[in-house]
Amino acid sequence: MAGGHSHPLYLDQSSPVHRLAPEVKIVASVGFTVLMVLTPRTEFWAFGVYLLLLLGVAFAARVSPWWLATRSLIEAPFVVLAVLLPFLGSGPRVDWLGLSLSVEGLLGAWNIVAKATLGVLSSLLLAATTQMRDLVLGLDRLRCPAVVTQIVTFMLRYAEVLAAEARRMRIARISRGDSPRFLWQARGFAVGAGALFLRAFERGERVYLAMVSRGYTGRLPALYGPGPGLAQWSAALALPVAAGLVLAVAAGRAVFMS
Amino acid sequence: MTASLLVEGVSYAYPDGHVALRGVDLTIPPGERVALLGPNGAGKTTLVLHLNGILGGAGSAGGAGAAGAPGDDPGRVEVAGLRVEKAQLAEIRRRVGIVFQDPDDQLFMPTVAEDVAFGPANLGLRGADLDSRVDEALRSVGMHEHRDRAPHHLSYGQRRRVAVATVLAMRPEILVLDEPSSNLDPASRRELADILRDLPVTLLMVTHDLPYALELCPRSVILDEGRIVADGPTGSLLADTALLAAHRLELPYGFDPALAASQLTARGALEDSTRGAAEDPAQRSAARGVDA
Repeated sequence: MAGGHSHPLYLDQSSPVHRLAPEVKIVASVGFTVLMVLTPRTEFWAFGVYLLLLLGVAFAARVSPWWLATRSLIEAPFVVLAVLLPFLGSGPRVDWLGLSLSVEGLLGAWNIVAKATLGVLSSLLLAATTQMRDLVLGLDRLRCPAVVTQIVTFMLRYAEVLAAEARRMRIARISRGDSPRFLWQARGFAVGAGALFLRAFERGERVYLAMVSRGYTGRLPALYGPGPGLAQWSAALALPVAAGLVLAVAAGRAVFMS
Repeated sequence: MTASLLVEGVSYAYPDGHVALRGVDLTIPPGERVALLGPNGAGKTTLVLHLNGILGGAGSAGGAGAAGAPGDDPGRVEVAGLRVEKAQLAEIRRRVGIVFQDPDDQLFMPTVAEDVAFGPANLGLRGADLDSRVDEALRSVGMHEHRDRAPHHLSYGQRRRVAVATVLAMRPEILVLDEPSSNLDPASRRELADILRDLPVTLLMVTHDLPYALELCPRSVILDEGRIVADGPTGSLLADTALLAAHRLELPYGFDPALAASQLTARGALEDSTRGAAEDPAQRSAARGVDA
């Protein structure tokens, strides 16, 4: 396997987007999302342009639209609410296929679905092109508080250790005839979770001792060289800048029309 | 010559009143390999944590002021002439490299290379200096090709070797290993022995694995109930059945220490004759780049 920490959404391949420094990608992704969310919902064309922009990035990153589409299903539970809005909304209504739908509700639903989908796509593109390790590094370089990035680093490292421990404990429980199928049989599981917590706590102490033994004084050393240059920043910021232009036109039109 | 490690009259009681060490004395000259033997609960780990000031008079983590049941004198620890005290803890922790028993406790960074870099980076190394230090340490344990992998993707034996590299990267005066052979399969156990035998560094090895002690360490000390009860050549300590039995130490079934010692001597003579002519030992350690 190639790098340190990958995650299920990471696509291990090489592309110009993969090679960008993580912090410029984070800024581009967050910037794009904020500008896109600010866009008036009635400027339908703007969302089409946003989608094209993202597809452009996906093309440059060699991420297939199909891959994006299947992964973006994660938003489905959040969109369920939006489907109800046209039926529940008040105000003027339109008839469509024999259904009476609220105009306000339709616009509300569109607003949620369009912005959520574009936001998810933008996050997916970031995830597909950036390793977990680099995401943390990027956050660190963007002056995210060290406590937060350290917690994430440790979580990454020890999640699998703890999961393996939990698996072993479960197999040992089952081997002794435990087969919890009903809530009132969950005692073994609950006690196991408690034991796992204590073990994690004790391990934390041992890890800390081992770190102190190697000269740890409360700050992880910054191990990396200089950050990305102007070229990287301008390449990555092309996305939010384009989104900003779309927003400016859309907002201008919305004000002019009203 | 200044001893690599000097422990004098070290006593320690845990805050709950349990006395773990009752006046321990131990001197290790540079370059020597010593096994610290003793049953569970003898105070071995407590002693190890005194060596870099985690416990004891200089205690930064927890043990401050809790020292010494007998006589209230916590004793004295010196590493290559430098006393273990609060003001010198950073240098002490560079000089004493502790490899803990569970490599998962030691390796916490996302990649092997970053973990090995953690110690030297804490010493202030950056850039190319840091890279070369990491390379050198990983090469000396034969893990160089795994530098960019995540620790949890390595085998247990590989993780143990990386854990050794993480402290070698700090160029310690003395390497302290807590149960280095535990949980290793026989091949990994032998590979680790080969690596440890060739490291040009003073070594203190805490273990229950008596054959391993015999193989690696010419000298052994036995710690029991917080005291050093025996100190001598490993071969003769292991041949003393009464001594071992008195301190809950046992050789594996069928293991004959006299036979093993003679095989070891024969192998040593063979290696010296083949190696001595070909290259001189100073060059070998320089080529590996780890200085003692």
